[in-house]
Amino acid sequence: MFVTRRRRGKSVTDRIIIALMVMACLVAVLTTLGIVLSLIFNAIRFFEIIPLGDFLFGLQWSPQLAMRPDQAGSSGAFGAIPIFWGTFMITVIAIALAVPTGLMAAIYMSEYASQRLRAVAKPMLELLAGVPTVVYGFFAVATVAPFLSQTGLKLGLPISTESALSAGLVMGIMIIPFVSSLSDDVIKAVPQRLRDGALGLGATKFEMIWQVVLPAALPGLVSAVLLAISRAIGETMIVVMAAGMAANLTANPLASLTTVTVQIVSLLVGDQEFDSPKTLAAFALGLTLFVITLCLNIIAVKIVRRYREKYD
Amino acid sequence: MTDLLQPARIKRRHRAERRFRRFGLAAILLAATVLCILLVSIISKGYPVLQQAKLQIQVHLDPALISGASAESIRRGNYRKIISDALATIAPDRNPATRRAMRALINPFAELTLMEDVLRNPLMIGEKRMVTINAADDIDQYLKYGSKAAPRLSAMQIRLIESLQQRGVLRLQFNDTFFTSGDSREPEMAGLYGALKGSMLTLLITFVLSFPVGVMAAVYLQEFARNGRWKDWIEVNISNLAAVPSIVFGLLGLSLFVKFFDVPRSTPLLGGMVLALMTMPTIIIATRSALQSIPDSIRQAAQGLGASPIQVVFHHIIPCALPGILTGTIIGMSRALGETAPLLLIGMVAFIAQIPDSVLSASSVLPVQIYIWSNDPEHAFMEKTAATIMVLMVFLMVMNALAIYLRSKLEKQW
Repeated sequence: MFVTRRRRGKSVTDRIIIALMVMACLVAVLTTLGIVLSLIFNAIRFFEIIPLGDFLFGLQWSPQLAMRPDQAGSSGAFGAIPIFWGTFMITVIAIALAVPTGLMAAIYMSEYASQRLRAVAKPMLELLAGVPTVVYGFFAVATVAPFLSQTGLKLGLPISTESALSAGLVMGIMIIPFVSSLSDDVIKAVPQRLRDGALGLGATKFEMIWQVVLPAALPGLVSAVLLAISRAIGETMIVVMAAGMAANLTANPLASLTTVTVQIVSLLVGDQEFDSPKTLAAFALGLTLFVITLCLNIIAVKIVRRYREKYD
Repeated sequence: MTDLLQPARIKRRHRAERRFRRFGLAAILLAATVLCILLVSIISKGYPVLQQAKLQIQVHLDPALISGASAESIRRGNYRKIISDALATIAPDRNPATRRAMRALINPFAELTLMEDVLRNPLMIGEKRMVTINAADDIDQYLKYGSKAAPRLSAMQIRLIESLQQRGVLRLQFNDTFFTSGDSREPEMAGLYGALKGSMLTLLITFVLSFPVGVMAAVYLQEFARNGRWKDWIEVNISNLAAVPSIVFGLLGLSLFVKFFDVPRSTPLLGGMVLALMTMPTIIIATRSALQSIPDSIRQAAQGLGASPIQVVFHHIIPCALPGILTGTIIGMSRALGETAPLLLIGMVAFIAQIPDSVLSASSVLPVQIYIWSNDPEHAFMEKTAATIMVLMVFLMVMNALAIYLRSKLEKQW
């Protein structure tokens, strides 16, 4: 009797539990919706004050607004090109360090390293990956930046203490373990038969890796790089602490540059009224950041999916 | 093809092989070197915080200067005079300039601290007792690093310090202040306890919100949801959410929780809510992979004995998957503990000297405290920044070690 009743349908408690679980899923969906709506809503209000074209293509960024209406030269300029440029420069420096290092580390670990070295190197990379970004930020300010500017002084190069170089290098260090663990997965997924085939034909290990494994893993590696770029663009603490506030439009990595995330923080830290273009600008920047990182992630996932199908 | 096997060619190919190998090793060594430099630079900057220059003086809590009639009268007592008199007894001479220099040796809150002691124990009034007072940060820096670190000290003050040091009145002792008090404008009185407690409260909220929701969502997706567009859509949603830059969650918290729901700023409640949204995808993904690793035979056995789908999951699958779920949760929590950026946007960066006593009192957290102190140009705060980093890293390592332990000890091989 008991059993048949259970079989016929779900009990009330079962239904409640399932409803709760569906609601839990909805929280995840609502979070995304909340992010998208709050960014778009506030960004639209910003673009009502500052035209979209001025924001995306303007060459001057100085969000300080007048304290008094009659104050001269402080109408506030919201041209985001210098900020995008700064983000781009610092990302390029970080990726230039992190991708080769992370990739080589992953190759060495999976193809060459002895069991003993792997037992040391893997936890080491995990430790590096677990260091909070604020710690990297402090490392950049307290150790790397002074070292670079002193070296610059000796070489006769003026290196700013808030140089894009120090922020970019430290960000690159932060991303090394990320790149290496992603590329490790990708390299491991290359079928053993390809390796055996190459070695069987008399290739050296280097030739086997360079001409067989890496081309086979290329889509996965591209997606790892895209994810690393997305990570670098969205990284906040290192640049807030080590990069500058001034929006300079320069190709010199030794000068001070600013980024999207630095500006979001500097616009929003402290108590502020909600309706000034200054605070709303942070949401416009946030929306840009969200869209760019989202696109990078979606492309990365698509590439990985297609690649998986090839070998499964 | 045959030219590939010519001796010169083979030599070149082997050279390329060795070069490549060296590059790989160099990459690993680079990462290891950087990690070492990072740890050494932080530990070497941070460990002096374990000690603090302290003065031992005998104060006479003269009833003529403090009346113990009520709490109010204790508050009005003349502690300034009590401390000046106590300092006068250890001064080498009675010169007024020496007296002024002596006053500059101790921290500016010494009177306040003494008053609080008396308030806690009014029976002290009338007694003479030895008290330990934190020396001002210049003196602390001088004792630790020499005169270069304390350029503000005059030659006379330095002579005074040396004479007090020789008599054993002034010396470096264990720095209990750092571990028991909140933030302060004066480095010698600043501690990380406020931020530590704030971090604990924030993490508690994060856990309470994200763990049940994350596990429930994962269980639904893995065990109950039918394959289809709805499920795909949620999955894409969650994996994208996991990759959203953390600062965007700060923007969400600011516009949704602060502006819309009026959650008070700077509180562990607000911080915990924001971090919970950020941690949830991690927990969902970890829980799903833990559930995935449970073999179907468990499900079938439970079903065969007449368990309902809910019973199968809650009585059998989840207990089996618990180690994996907990490991993922601990990793998510440790990420939340180290997270800074979103908290800056929701007001946790304010200067807060009080120790938070509930999730609704304004508070800081460890990583934000690191950020605040790292902005302070004084060297004494640089020391505190590094020491706070050490404390934070110890917590993170303990959490990660726990996760690894759980994974290795409790996880069954199916």
